[in-house]
Amino acid sequence: MLEISGLVTEFGTRQGILRAVNDVSLQIKRGEILGLVGESGSGKSVLGYSIIGLVDSPGRITAGSIRFGGRELIGQSDEEMRQLRGKRIAMIFQDPMMTLNPVLSIETQMMETVFAHEAFSRQRARDLCLENLAKVGIATPEKRIKQYPHEFSGGMRQRVAIAIALLHRPELIIADEPTTALDVTVQGQILYEMQKLVRESGAALIWITHDLSVVAGFADRVAVMYAGRIVEQGSAADVLHAPMHPYTRGLLDSVPANNEGGGRLRQIPGMTPSLARLPQGCAFRERCSRADDVCLSMPPMERNVRCHHPLC
Amino acid sequence: MVEKAARALGANVAEHAVHAVDQVTLTVARGEVVGLVGESGCGKSTLGRVACGLHAPTEGEVRFDGQPMSGPLRAIQMIFQDPFASLNPRMRVEEIVGEAPRVHGLISPSGQKGFVDDLLEKVGLYPAYRRRYPHQFSGGQRARIGIARALAVKPEFLVCDEAVAALDVSIQAQVLNLFMDLRDALGLTYLFISHDLGVVRHLAQRVVVMYLGRVIEIAPAAELFARPNHPYTQALLAEMPRLDRRRREFVAIKGEIPSPLAPPSGCHFHPRCPHAMERCSREAPALREISSGRLSACHLNGE
Repeated sequence: MLEISGLVTEFGTRQGILRAVNDVSLQIKRGEILGLVGESGSGKSVLGYSIIGLVDSPGRITAGSIRFGGRELIGQSDEEMRQLRGKRIAMIFQDPMMTLNPVLSIETQMMETVFAHEAFSRQRARDLCLENLAKVGIATPEKRIKQYPHEFSGGMRQRVAIAIALLHRPELIIADEPTTALDVTVQGQILYEMQKLVRESGAALIWITHDLSVVAGFADRVAVMYAGRIVEQGSAADVLHAPMHPYTRGLLDSVPANNEGGGRLRQIPGMTPSLARLPQGCAFRERCSRADDVCLSMPPMERNVRCHHPLC
Repeated sequence: MVEKAARALGANVAEHAVHAVDQVTLTVARGEVVGLVGESGCGKSTLGRVACGLHAPTEGEVRFDGQPMSGPLRAIQMIFQDPFASLNPRMRVEEIVGEAPRVHGLISPSGQKGFVDDLLEKVGLYPAYRRRYPHQFSGGQRARIGIARALAVKPEFLVCDEAVAALDVSIQAQVLNLFMDLRDALGLTYLFISHDLGVVRHLAQRVVVMYLGRVIEIAPAAELFARPNHPYTQALLAEMPRLDRRRREFVAIKGEIPSPLAPPSGCHFHPRCPHAMERCSREAPALREISSGRLSACHLNGE
């Protein structure tokens, strides 16, 4: 339902052109949950913004294609994207206050979203809003809908943001680290509800996160990003339990839960390279124990992994 | 502040008291690594600041090495969560790290450069970066600068308040290893405050769990994670995302964390507790020893 081919999103900076998304190809089917995993600077958020057409200058998509339901999204006019956004493709952000206007009541904001895409009667629109608030686990929605964002806790605000995202039953939802800033028990509730909602509606969900443990019980497939490229993708079980790329292996090894208590944590040496100073060839080369001269050339994506010396 | 001013002008605004930390008694032995866990609003950060002397307790006292504390001590240093917000953006690294020991007379102005260089190396930073500003470093490097600064005054006790929360997993591993190396090399004692149970499980010898201002369970780390006693601890551990969890269906814990401004009566956890009894809403359970080295505040433990 979503097919990304060879996508390149560049940012023009004083240090030169930085490719935040560098030749990314990805597919996602209806009803599928894809975990898009990567650390800071990997390009995962920019990939999300590229799909929904929210990349701001100095960034722009310079190559590739994004086909949604058979229709090419790159090159669509602003008006055409605006029609799609919120209706067929929705986004949930890490900070719910990016979605919620602090000076408007929840009712005003939700109704506004409904009317942006449908000419419902006020009554019908209101019923839809209340129904969605209940769906995301907000008790007494008739009372809470009249309140303002500051009267909600962080977790509740995020639920409201999710309710807004779901109003028009989108076919694709992009969630950019929505639970990272929330407590573990609240995160657990929201993951539970998202999983339920996605199963029920058949929507596709791209869940962007740096936390591998979150995608473990949650995603069907996982794609790992490093320095703007996808370095590995596959079923969640495969990627998380039989990773092929040394970076994925390194990430999994550094999680405290995967290490003997009290001992030193296994760590990936060095740091993520700056996009302005990428090493020649494989971007992970300088940190990889398996690297050799062959790695001075960019490895192609082959059998779901981008590596000259995959693990297996 | 606004409320105070409003009251002074005659507005009828009630005074709110938030019991951020409610009757907490805690001892940390020299050389120990104690993990302090809990979610938003549980009071762990406030407790950390009180431990450092950055916040005066409303009631009760804090003692260090047997002596009551009346304010911050050089021997207790804090490492903060946001490595950007806690570093002065207008100071170079050499000043950030070198200012305090120089002011305290631990080093001479001429000795500052050598001292700072040593310390930067110790935390894994190039001494050549000493004249840079915080914004020129990555998050993980800034975290290290914060650690170097804390170590510069030769403390004995470090309070780490979510010190690795803002870091990527791979950087987190490096910084956690650094904490452990420093502890071995310098004989430090740690109070490690975190909401990340995975990290605490790895690092801490003893774990203290807080909920809405109260300590509800204390146990050696291995035991707490293997056999949590308090229903809240059990819920927290059940919700912990784990890599070995394969495609499980999430089970929701009911309810939201109540506001610290209006905590539930009796046991703070009773509205969300799957085992709540009538007594739980009336009477707050005392934190009692349930077995050697283990304490828990729950009526289910009988009495």
